[in-house]
Amino acid sequence: MTMTANSIVSIAGLNKWFGDFHVLRDINLDVGKGERIVICGPSGSGKSTLIRCINALEEFQEGRIVVDGIELGPNLRRVDDVRREVGMVFQSFNLFPHLTVLENCTLAPIWVRHLAKKDAEAAAMKYLERVKIPQQAHKFPGQLSGGQQQRVAIARALTMNPKVMLFDEPTSSLDPEMVKEVLDTMVDLAQEGMTMLVVTHEMGFAREVADRVVFMDAGQIIEANTPAEFFANAQHPRTRLFLSQILR
Amino acid sequence: MSEHAASSFVRQELVPERAAPVNTTGFVGFLRTRLFNSPTNVLLTLASLLLLWFTVVPAIRFLVIDAVWPPAIRSWLVDTVWRGSGGSSGTDRSACLETAGHAAGACWPYVQAKFTQFIYGFYPQAERWRVNLTFILAAVLLLPLLIPRLPAKGINAGLFFVAFPVVAFFLLHGGGLGGFGISWTASLLSGLTGSMGEAGRKLASAGEATEVVGPILVLLGKLVMLLSTAVSFLVWPMTWLRDQIQASSRPLWTDFAASAMIVSALVFILNGGIRSGWRSLIASLAVFAGIGAVIAALGLDHGGLPVVDTRLWGGLLVTLVVSVTGIVTSMPVGIALALGRRSTIPLIRIFSVAFIEFWRGVPLITVLFFATYMLPLFLPGNFTIDGLVRVLIGIALFAGAYNAEVVRGGLLAIPRGQAEAASALGLSYWKTTALIVMPQALRHVIPGLVNSFIALFKDTSLVSIVALFDLLGQLRASFADPVWATPTTLFTGFAFAGMIYFVFCFGMSRYSLFVEHRLNAHRRS
Repeated sequence: MTMTANSIVSIAGLNKWFGDFHVLRDINLDVGKGERIVICGPSGSGKSTLIRCINALEEFQEGRIVVDGIELGPNLRRVDDVRREVGMVFQSFNLFPHLTVLENCTLAPIWVRHLAKKDAEAAAMKYLERVKIPQQAHKFPGQLSGGQQQRVAIARALTMNPKVMLFDEPTSSLDPEMVKEVLDTMVDLAQEGMTMLVVTHEMGFAREVADRVVFMDAGQIIEANTPAEFFANAQHPRTRLFLSQILR
Repeated sequence: MSEHAASSFVRQELVPERAAPVNTTGFVGFLRTRLFNSPTNVLLTLASLLLLWFTVVPAIRFLVIDAVWPPAIRSWLVDTVWRGSGGSSGTDRSACLETAGHAAGACWPYVQAKFTQFIYGFYPQAERWRVNLTFILAAVLLLPLLIPRLPAKGINAGLFFVAFPVVAFFLLHGGGLGGFGISWTASLLSGLTGSMGEAGRKLASAGEATEVVGPILVLLGKLVMLLSTAVSFLVWPMTWLRDQIQASSRPLWTDFAASAMIVSALVFILNGGIRSGWRSLIASLAVFAGIGAVIAALGLDHGGLPVVDTRLWGGLLVTLVVSVTGIVTSMPVGIALALGRRSTIPLIRIFSVAFIEFWRGVPLITVLFFATYMLPLFLPGNFTIDGLVRVLIGIALFAGAYNAEVVRGGLLAIPRGQAEAASALGLSYWKTTALIVMPQALRHVIPGLVNSFIALFKDTSLVSIVALFDLLGQLRASFADPVWATPTTLFTGFAFAGMIYFVFCFGMSRYSLFVEHRLNAHRRS
């Protein structure tokens, strides 16, 4: 957890409470440009809350978060600046059901980046091709399978040209058969050099893609290491217990 | 051995396709499976048939067969359908009294004789073309708006929701314009500075009379007076321009041209000037050209059409004016209140909750009475608002409070993730609300909204208790006419009014189903 010159997200001394419940405890994390970080841990350990803090979907009480040189604080203008730089993919997809797939992908470019409709559609089709579902562009989200919906959600986030992508358990609500197509899309994205913070339990993905694996429990970072070291040689007993339960 | 075979099973042959079972659809199938399939259902079917026999048949007898028809229709009916029934002429009640020999039916000549009254009320005969023109304009603008396939919805909506009310006002009410944008702004601003100076003087004099807080009040009053003087210097060019305009030979047109130039120039500059402002400049000029055309067509520069006081309006005209205004204005009120009630700002939330609960807690009749008879007592002497306008405002706020709760129901049904996903894409609160949350919420509550629109349409009949003669009020007024006093006048009148209300309400209901079906295309897969 060293402060590097080219870090794009840096979190220092982050503390957050839900009422009296101390949900994030003294989190320090630096993410370099192009780095892929997988965050894992038992449920309730604060993984999702941590990455939701990065694009200000959750507010925090102590510490600082700097994203691409923009410090997140109570100033709401900056919140919008940060959100433009950070793409997010949710566990429950959160596609807009009343808009077609294409409209889902052009909404933000048109209304936030003020692109012309034609340009936004051309760009959106490019991203839909990248996630391999251009032929579904004019369908509504409800007509797609879960895996397809999650790929649309990834394309939608990419249309804003984010510098960082956050994934909040992107495969947890998918049928087992569809997990692979989403993970493949994420692997492609990683190979193109996107900075990614991924909350997931897909340890295969972590092994294959991650530069660092971060293990959290009870609101704190217990251990962070390269995947090879993390899986073969976990230091903390809590990490070893967790790994023994999910790697069978 | 057999157990082992059961636990490992591999299908050798696929199950072949079979013919569908016996058809249960079609008329005979329907009779057999739904109406006469069990003793209870046979009984229920027979009971229902009896019920229909005792309600529908007498209704048809009263309304059609035993009814007295106006001569024109009667002669046509006699020639084509049946021979010789009912009375002779249709100019007074004698036509409907001749049926004394047998059961009395509806007295349609009465409806024919009073028809114009039901539609226009006491609107002067010579000016009724203005009402007809307004109805036609409304239909011409509304129908394309209701048909989703037709293009140019934006312009169409603008014409119906912004231009049409103004045109309709000058058509129905009449009257002209003395000035335009500049004069209005100048009057408003000079009125504001005037009242500010007045308030300052009052504060200062009140301060001189009090002991402890006196000096503070005097200081405050002096400050306000100073401020009003400063503002009046800022406003001065505006008032000077107004005086110049009013002194010119054609004040309205001069003012109109000046306003058009100033507003268009502002629009041009605010939209990027020479670089990208041309489109908005043309749009702005087109809007002003449209306004100019209306002013010229209605002759607003020289007094406009003769004024018809709203006390003379009546019948279906009032019903439609009140209900359409109520429906259209209660929607934005409702949406704003629903959003306000969910606001994180305590002041807005408390205001919205108090507002909604107040209007929902008070009966509409109280609101109308208050607006009509109590409000004038509270307003300063020379300040009056037209009676109809007071009622319109009362109904809009009343219906708005109801709509607010319906819309809030829709907002509650939208998962939090929707707004989060929109925020994560960088959309602001207002864009998230307008593009993501509200469209989905409103789709959820179309049935509830149309329900309250229909209720509002029928509640407009309550305005008849505050001396406005809507369709029902006009109907009851016509019962007092001795020329048409017959035993069936009352029933005929209410049957006729019921049919008119039914046509409008049923139309709204069916249209809402169509919209619901269309907007929920995304829920079908």
